[in-house]
Amino acid sequence: MNDLNKLSLKEALFGLKQKKFSSQELLKDTLLRIKEVDSKLFAFISVNEKAVAELEEKQEQMLLGIPFAVKEVLSTKEMKTTASSKILANYLPPFEATVVEKVKSSGGIIVGKTNCDAFAFGASTENSGFGPTKNPWNLERVPGGSSGGSAAAVAADECIFALGTDTGGSIRQPASFCNISGLKPTYGACSRYGLLAMASSFDCPGPMGKTVEDCEIIFDLMKGEDNNDATSGIFQIEKDKVKGKKEKLVIGLPKEFFSEGVDEEVRQAVKKAATVLEENGFFLEEISLPHTQFAIAVYYILVPSEISSNMARYDGNRFGDKREAFEDEVKRRIMLGTYTLSAGYFDQYYLKALKVRNLIQQDYLEAFQKVDLILGPVSPTPPFKFGERSVDPLKMYLADVLTASANLAGIPALALPCGFTKDLLPIGMQLLGPFFSEKLLFLVGKKYQEITNWHKRKPNL
Amino acid sequence: MSQLTREEVEHISKLAKLNLTDLEVDKFSRELTEILDFVDQLNSLKTENISPLNNVTGRKNVFREDEIKPSLSQKDALANATSVYHGYFKVKAIFSR
Repeated sequence: MNDLNKLSLKEALFGLKQKKFSSQELLKDTLLRIKEVDSKLFAFISVNEKAVAELEEKQEQMLLGIPFAVKEVLSTKEMKTTASSKILANYLPPFEATVVEKVKSSGGIIVGKTNCDAFAFGASTENSGFGPTKNPWNLERVPGGSSGGSAAAVAADECIFALGTDTGGSIRQPASFCNISGLKPTYGACSRYGLLAMASSFDCPGPMGKTVEDCEIIFDLMKGEDNNDATSGIFQIEKDKVKGKKEKLVIGLPKEFFSEGVDEEVRQAVKKAATVLEENGFFLEEISLPHTQFAIAVYYILVPSEISSNMARYDGNRFGDKREAFEDEVKRRIMLGTYTLSAGYFDQYYLKALKVRNLIQQDYLEAFQKVDLILGPVSPTPPFKFGERSVDPLKMYLADVLTASANLAGIPALALPCGFTKDLLPIGMQLLGPFFSEKLLFLVGKKYQEITNWHKRKPNL
Repeated sequence: MSQLTREEVEHISKLAKLNLTDLEVDKFSRELTEILDFVDQLNSLKTENISPLNNVTGRKNVFREDEIKPSLSQKDALANATSVYHGYFKVKAIFSR
């Protein structure tokens, strides 16, 4: 059997259990594929030379030696972890990120580390210190970011699934740009231990896969409380009382997510998806999230503030190069955050933004009193061209306009494919739910993928 | 409108321990001004009676037993250091004699 790398996680697990092929064959096809296409894409910063040897010890566990890829900001023990920044070009972590450890100890084999914007600061991978990843659907366009390498690797079948991180849309937007599925979990559902910190009150590791079903399998392995991250765990939230059981689930469509700033083709594709769900047993209801327009302003005060503090650890002594080696966008965000936290400006910027963050969370909590889930586009535009936004930092920041609010509120959001533009560029939608409602998101996402075939389309490379 | 001057940018870069080139100082003073202008839109919202949201899930006081457990060895902790001296990180002197 050939091209085993094209299988979804579910299909690969089934094939392995049925002994239709071996995990050695699966890994071989995957590594061959990387050799074949990654010179065009640059999804990987490094390939795991020891993958074949590691597989020998792993076969009987749940994941049966499934090859997966890991974003460069997640620590992998004694395997280079650069954060796609030149400052960490030679960094070898002495420990493993909890989510990586969990997937590995379930039998997953790391095939390589994937490219991203340096320290995950960006929405296109153009900020990578080692060069951008290309979108497998159109090599002149960005794969999205910051987890662009992970998304491209999954879309191009260079792995069976990948791990990413989402601070303001970094799993969902590249998933949407590359026609794959990806989950930004509830804040805290997956441990941040070993994730090179960007903005600690936002960062969420999560799964990126070929189907929603795959994301569910991976999320179930990744999630859970970790003593090394006091914010981690799956727990009930008092203020978020989920409504009683009903016959039909209600999906809210926030009018702000379908405003004029959103590309017409994107808007139509997501509206069509809503209609498909309506025809298949869901109620639709128009809602309003009135503070949506402020999300980016809040995000670009709070996130750089947290960044400026988190990046202080790069002192050039304990690990990494000198601070001059930071990429442009890294310096820009450290500067911005240092300013907004500096004496005399704290109240004006940071405190103000924290208050508006509360208003944005309240919008969602109130909406979830009326509806079970919320549906909207992931990105206001299809994948853009290299250089189109990178010339203007503010323009790049606006790429997060529909994704950042889930991180501000802390709620989970699932991105999945829902169509293509006339130029054959992928369009993605996101389902947002109350705290710890991942099961519900998966349920609706799986239902949608039973009815539609968008997620099965593959790029020609 | 918050105009960020070259002097302010230089001051912030000192706080952040970033040595910026003249070109970078110019660029950041322009770009950061533009970003700060954009975030100023938050001033259109009244927030006197809104409390700041510091923690999205509201979880607090996560305790654990104070147990002695294995941790990184000295060798592992120093593995990525730029300069090591007798099992310590070697850094530039902070105080002069």
